[in-house]
This record gives sequence, structure tokens and C-alpha cells, in this order.
Amino acid sequence: MYGFRAAGPMEQFEILPIVDLHLGSINISLTNSALWMLIGTGAIIVFFFAATRRAALIPGRLQSVAEVFYEFVSDLVRDTIGPEGRKFFPYVFTLFVWILVSNLFGLFPTFPGAPHALHTFTPTSHLIVTLALAMLTISIVIVYGFYKNGLGFFKLFAPSGLPLWLMPLLILIEVISFLSRPLSLAIRLFANMFAGHVILKLFAGFVVSLLSAGGAVMLFGIAPFFGAVAVTALEFLVAALQAYVFAVLTCIYLNDAVHAADH
Amino acid sequence: MSVFAIVTSAAAAAAEEAQVHAAEASSAGLPQLDPAWWPSQLFWLVITFGALYAFLSTKALPAIAGAIEERRDRIADDLDQAGDFKRQAEDAENTYNQALADAKAKAQGIAADTRAEMDDEIAKLQAETDAQLGKQVAAAEAHIGEMKTAAATKVGEAAAETARAVVETLIDEAPTEEAASRAVASAAAGLKG
Repeated sequence: MYGFRAAGPMEQFEILPIVDLHLGSINISLTNSALWMLIGTGAIIVFFFAATRRAALIPGRLQSVAEVFYEFVSDLVRDTIGPEGRKFFPYVFTLFVWILVSNLFGLFPTFPGAPHALHTFTPTSHLIVTLALAMLTISIVIVYGFYKNGLGFFKLFAPSGLPLWLMPLLILIEVISFLSRPLSLAIRLFANMFAGHVILKLFAGFVVSLLSAGGAVMLFGIAPFFGAVAVTALEFLVAALQAYVFAVLTCIYLNDAVHAADH
Repeated sequence: MSVFAIVTSAAAAAAEEAQVHAAEASSAGLPQLDPAWWPSQLFWLVITFGALYAFLSTKALPAIAGAIEERRDRIADDLDQAGDFKRQAEDAENTYNQALADAKAKAQGIAADTRAEMDDEIAKLQAETDAQLGKQVAAAEAHIGEMKTAAATKVGEAAAETARAVVETLIDEAPTEEAASRAVASAAAGLKG
């Protein structure tokens, strides 16, 4: 035996309290999930603080990167929602960078020997977090939709220019599709993060198991090792892509709220 | 998970492995579906997301927007200025071309005037010279005419003298000068006639 120990693929998702906190009877302990939310958010704030500390006409390296992010999300919001989407830009931007950093930081390897509660953690691999973000988006869509269009918001469910006999069926479909939006939004992000980390852990687990078997079997550990490397690269892509997808879908749904009466 | 279990159990021989399995078995089910940790996650999500939104929307994004806007304005200004300079340069070029054309026209005018003046002068000089030459020619002709007449008179006188001398030699009697001149004149008339 070589003393290797492989954790199960679900262990990485366990929530572990670091500091016990209670608000009345509600448990709001600082956990590993909260720690990585704080690390991610802190990193974003430090980055943008440093990038905009001396906003220069000729941007430095940090400012260039910040401006690339800004223009990227700004273009996305303008192209999807139009000029009226300007007021949602800070929200979409926050959503995009928060999810992006949350996804990415969880992919970094844990410092060897760190206690379990300090292992890298992906807050977006928990359904409750992605569901909360999705519900926030849908709530903004509904509230702003009614505020902007009044009852005209219901036109969203009844596209114009359709034969009357099709209306009941179509309204039913549209309502179901609208109600499924927060779920699909939440589950898409959660499932991508969850599945990615499970696969990553499975490959890594194979390596550890084969190594601990000893002898010639150890050589077979090479294959899952390269598998883990490849999946890590893929997961970086997925992490960025899913943050982008969440932002794009948020923009599309916000566009419905802004232009519901135009349907 | 089952694949993992097969592999691990195939490789498992130590107590450590058994411990891992025991740990896995104890935390049955997905950690995501344990409602005990939902409030804490939501709480910290609200805190971090809210703080990030507040920071980005009030500080970072306006700062970036300001920098981008300022740059865009500056570039637009610079382009405007460049346009102004270009227009000015074009104006200057037009003025220069105009001045050049004017100067050319003026120079041509002066050249034409000078040529005409010189032509006049030459014509005048020529006329003067012609007139003077004509006068000189006339004077010379008159002189020649005079000399011709004088010569003719002298020839007549010489003829008369010769005739007198001839007659004196022949008849020892000299005719008068008058008679001799008459005879020569009639002879000359006869010759002429």
C-alpha cells in the first residue's frame, strides 16, 4: 500500500461549517460554500478596484481586461434587449462575473493536505444557489414586465397573428414554457457544474485506485490521468460557457419583459 | 459512483479503503438535496451577490464607462480637429493655387504688354531708319544728278574746245566759242536724234 486515499465523487459537494452562525433559529453558518462565495466575490472586487483605481485614457493591462469584460456584457445586453436594456446591465454584469468566478475557482486544485472544509468548492454546483439566481432573474422579469407593460405583459403568452382556435393551446404551451424557465435556467448551470466535477473526480479516483493497487496495474493509471487533464480543460470551457449562457438567457428573458407588449 | 465502487473494491485491500466506504455510506444522498444547509447558502449568496452588485453598479462599472466614454470623446474630438486641420490645409492650398494662377496671368499680361511695346518700338525705329535712309538716298541721287549734268556740260565744253582746235588746225581760222558750242550742241542733238 502506498497510503493513497481517494474520496468519493460526492464528498466534494458536502457543505461543511467553518464558523457556526445562527440568526434566530436559522442556520447561517459560514461554510465552505460561503467561504468560496466570499473568495470569489472578494477577488472580483479586488480586481475591478485595481483595474479602475486609475482609469486612464490609455488603459493599462488590468483596465484593458476590465474593459473587455465590460464591452462583452454591454454588447450582449444591447444586442439582446436594445437601448432599454441599459438599466439591467449592472445586474447582468454582476450575474455573469459572479457565476464565472464561482465556476472557475472551484476548478482549481486544492492545496495538498488542506482540511476538507478548505478544499476548493464550487458554490454553483448547488441547486439552491443556481435556483436562487434563476428566481431572481425571473422575479425581475415579472416585476418589471408588469411595471412596464401593465396587463400588456400577458401578451407574452398570446403571440399576435395566430388563428383564434389555436390560442388556447398556444397560451397553455407559452405558460408552461414560461414557468419552466427558472427551473431550466437553474438546473442547466447546476447540472453542468455538478456533472463536470463528478466526472473529474471519477477520473482522479481511478488514478488513485490504480496507483494504490500497486505493481504493474499502476501503469494503467496513466490513462485516467490524461483523462482528468482533458476533462479539466473541458471544464474550464464549460465554466465560462455556462456563465455566458446564464447571462444570455437572462437577457433574453429580460427582453421579453421589456418588449412584452410588442408581441 | 458504482463504477467507482467497482474499481475501488477491486483495488481495496487496506482498512483506509474501508473507512472511505464507511464515510460514503454515512452521508447517503446528494449533499445538494440536504435542506439543512439551504438557508446558509442563500444567506451568503445574498450577502456576496448584493455586495458585488453594489460595488460594480456604483463604483467599477461607472468608472469603466467613464474611461471608455472619455476615450471615445477624445477620439471623436481628435478626428474633428484633424478634419478642421484638413479643411484649413485645403483652404490654404486653394488660396495658394489661386495666387499662383493670378501671378501667372499677371506675368503673361506683363509679357504680352512688353512684347507689344517692344514691337512698337522696333517698328518705330525701323520707320525712322527707313525715312532717314530714304532721305540719304534721295540726297545722293540728287548729287549724282548734279554731277551728271556737270559732267555733261564739261563734256560739251571740252567738245567745243576740241572742235575749235580742230577747225583752227584745218582752216587756220578759229571759230568763235559760241559757234563751236552751237555746232557741238547740234551735232550732239543729231547724235542723240
